Amino acid sequence: LGSEPRTGTGVRPLYARPESLDELFDLLRAHPAARLLAGGTDLLVRLRKGSGMPPALVDLKRVAELSNRVVRTGNVIRIGARAVLTDIAAETPIREQFPALVEATLVVGSVQIRNRATIAGNICNASPAADTTPALIAYDACVTLISRGQSRTLPVEQFVAGPGRTLLAPGEIVASIDLPVPAEHTGSAFGRLTRRHGVDLAIVNLCCVVRESGSARFAFGAVGPRPFAVNTRQDAPLGELATYARPISDLRAGADYRLAMVPVLARRTLNTAVSRMQAPGSR
Amino acid sequence: MTITLTVNGSPRTLDCEVHHSLLEVLRDRLGLTGTKECCGEGECGACTVLLNGRAVNACLVLAVECDGEAVRTVEGLAADGHLDPLQQAFVDTAAVQCGFCIPGMIVAAHYLLSTNPCPSVEEIKDGLAGNLCRCAGYSRIVSAVRMAAEKGQGQD
Repeated sequence: LGSEPRTGTGVRPLYARPESLDELFDLLRAHPAARLLAGGTDLLVRLRKGSGMPPALVDLKRVAELSNRVVRTGNVIRIGARAVLTDIAAETPIREQFPALVEATLVVGSVQIRNRATIAGNICNASPAADTTPALIAYDACVTLISRGQSRTLPVEQFVAGPGRTLLAPGEIVASIDLPVPAEHTGSAFGRLTRRHGVDLAIVNLCCVVRESGSARFAFGAVGPRPFAVNTRQDAPLGELATYARPISDLRAGADYRLAMVPVLARRTLNTAVSRMQAPGSR
Repeated sequence: MTITLTVNGSPRTLDCEVHHSLLEVLRDRLGLTGTKECCGEGECGACTVLLNGRAVNACLVLAVECDGEAVRTVEGLAADGHLDPLQQAFVDTAAVQCGFCIPGMIVAAHYLLSTNPCPSVEEIKDGLAGNLCRCAGYSRIVSAVRMAAEKGQGQD
């Protein structure tokens, strides 16, 4: 990544590829400023663009206890920390239960990016415009964090705390992302507005989950410092959804345009979600 | 750091720095200049290679991450001096203009056909969405991939 590492210390950066959690937690204790590396599709761009190499890079790809699979246990579908987007979108339990997550996953970057990027990395990067995060939030996903001898579980909506900021504590890593299988019949859809189809970040993105009780849960991205959810009803006026949004203007779109598109995209996505719920054979 | 990786079927051992990308090592250390550097941030696909059989951007992979892994570059597609059917299809359809994006296009298309031997035009466009052609030769590139698919590329 460029000619010289910029650690600012004159010391060569360390690269470590632990094979167990034990080894990993030792490394994190010895190198508190280490950066965790999974797919690297965000991290390496950032390192190259100026933040320079950290004193240590700890690669998670060979940690035996971290899964790269999607596994159903009871009413929870668990995505392992090392699972990459291409594989997640191909997993039957995800395709059957969480179609909007498949849609969100398949618009991230390009094939090359999705072959490398993990969904755990996507939420840890905490981009306000991340595509998988609104889908995870709309489906009430939780993230399980582990540190040595400890484990805690948080809703993804809380975990992503602000632009580039999460509630991950020092010495803590993401072990899995857990999706509860809905007890009730649902329909869901992902919507996204971009300037071009491939390799672009969203102007607005959202996921909508509807239930037969008449409820509608929306989760929005790219219209605030972090993705957020709004619970409403399918027959509620959608114009008021814009009051929850706090968009900025950037090279992709102005704040006014983003605000105007919130109800438009919400309507389209709600309609798709409802028609999927009502489709014959959708049960 | 000393790393050993398999490149186009041959084991290669070399010393590299932690900050060296796979792309830099392929081009500058191993002389495999078919893989191109362009944007350097995963937007353009010019550096697409197969890592353990999967298309990735070599600019977004550190060489040290490839220790023990298998890399295939555009140079590894032709066998015994003969272009593979996909490469030949790019020639036959005149899909190559300036040529800079073509190695990445061909590797990305090779991966697409390995996962989906009979892609629709839409699936080809999706599969190549991470590869930019500044000559805008997309329609002939899509024709080349269709021709290769019809000739059975990807079904081996």
